[in-house]
Amino acid sequence: MSSGAAKIAVKVTDVVEVNELVKRFRFERTDGGLMPTFSGGAHTVVEMDDHGTRRLNPYSLMSSPQDRSAFTISVRRDDEGRGGSLFMHNHVKTGMEMTISNPVNLFSLDLRARKHLMIAGGIGITPFLSQIAQLDNSNGNFELHYAVRTKSLGSYVDELTAKHPNDVKIYYDDQKEMIDLENLLDGQPLGTHLYVCGPKGMIEWVRKSAADAGWPRETVHYEEFLAPEPGKPFEVKLAISNKVIQVGETQSLLEAIEAAGVDAPYLCRGGACGMCETEVIGYDGKFIHNDHWLDDSEHLSGKKIMPCVSRFEGKTLVLDR
Amino acid sequence: MAKTEFEPSIKSRPVYGELEVRAGKSHLLIADAEGAGAILDLAKSAQKDFLANAHIIYIPKNAGDKYTAQLEGLGARQYYAGPSYEAAVPRIQRVLSDASNGLQIYLAGTEGLMGQAMREATNIGYPYSAIQTEHRGSKARRMQCVHCKGITEDVTTDPFECSHCGLNLFVRDHYSRRLAAFQGVCVDAEDPGNVPDKVEIT
Repeated sequence: MSSGAAKIAVKVTDVVEVNELVKRFRFERTDGGLMPTFSGGAHTVVEMDDHGTRRLNPYSLMSSPQDRSAFTISVRRDDEGRGGSLFMHNHVKTGMEMTISNPVNLFSLDLRARKHLMIAGGIGITPFLSQIAQLDNSNGNFELHYAVRTKSLGSYVDELTAKHPNDVKIYYDDQKEMIDLENLLDGQPLGTHLYVCGPKGMIEWVRKSAADAGWPRETVHYEEFLAPEPGKPFEVKLAISNKVIQVGETQSLLEAIEAAGVDAPYLCRGGACGMCETEVIGYDGKFIHNDHWLDDSEHLSGKKIMPCVSRFEGKTLVLDR
Repeated sequence: MAKTEFEPSIKSRPVYGELEVRAGKSHLLIADAEGAGAILDLAKSAQKDFLANAHIIYIPKNAGDKYTAQLEGLGARQYYAGPSYEAAVPRIQRVLSDASNGLQIYLAGTEGLMGQAMREATNIGYPYSAIQTEHRGSKARRMQCVHCKGITEDVTTDPFECSHCGLNLFVRDHYSRRLAAFQGVCVDAEDPGNVPDKVEIT
């Protein structure tokens, strides 16, 4: 398959249990060469062969962009998810050979900013780790506000607070600590850019608060990888390939297209990048749009769908693919 | 006098809109000459607390005292009128460096003023696309000679003579946000002295 970013053959050289929910994986090239360069906030798509099911999940790179010996990711186990994170936790061991994609960055720092204000929730910390490593090398001005459930589940809290005691503030949910967002946004110097990565509710809260306080849209950056939501099985006709395919309950439309041997474009597989945008030729039924690439009017138009995360319920759906 | 309409041109040529009040903690309004009219129109549609949190910086230029009393009479938290844009630069820089996010920026008047004030804001990380602009009054341009790099202010004819090196320059729509100037290119390089008649810039 030729879609997506270029592939890298890697070997897992380290698996570390960060806490009871998070494991860290280190990948080095099987040919011993250097990893490609990337910038803070980039992700890689990890390909998994889960006992016959092909899974491709995006994970933020958390290692320093200066370190080209390896890529490092952290994966939070989601027992309710479709199985990608469980596969990583249960089956990926040191020495295993895997395929990952070249880095893609949909959450880069705007280096024109005078200051970078970062807000992380839970495993949403990972892109900030590489961004902070990048800023460390350029004396970048940043401030991180990081909300975690408990001390034991606070991934990388100790490393961050030891290295950046004055720039990192941790909030523990179990101690009823909350980010005082209104005050935090008030008084940030003009030219500050805001970055948020975490649960959906947190991203919406931060974006809305910033907009209400008059922060320009261009200064507010967020990243949320959506896992494709399961739903009722449905049938799709692919007009160009002249195929009729079935999308299973836990399968995404994109995965079903790929399983039928049709090469469809993709990059993030999480509803964020826009790469897999597909034209709808005809439909009778309703769309379940889950992406945050298309705008509301496009969602209502019935002319476009993002097959990585969105679904369909109804009689017929014909796609230009 | 209403906002200026320009002919569509190349992508590089800046386009200007119409000022509208946006939610913000404070408001910085910078205008020259006829740009005052845009601020006065904006103020009509504004709530009371808009002016209570507004700072107006005005350079009257050839408009003289036509608007100064009206602008001052708006009762903005701060009002400043100065003799030239250059004289106002230290003030603008200080206001921007002291400001917090949540400041809204409104620019009105000539292209030279708007472009240079926009550059001050983008220099400290404020996105240019978040800055509101409205063109009023003179269509004079701030031009950079691509040969000697000197800037000639308030160019109203095409071609014109570079005020630094004296070359005859053709007025292009090619614009630099970094320089806040349009590009002027020698018009008679191949055939020195063969200079087209000057026409007023529209």
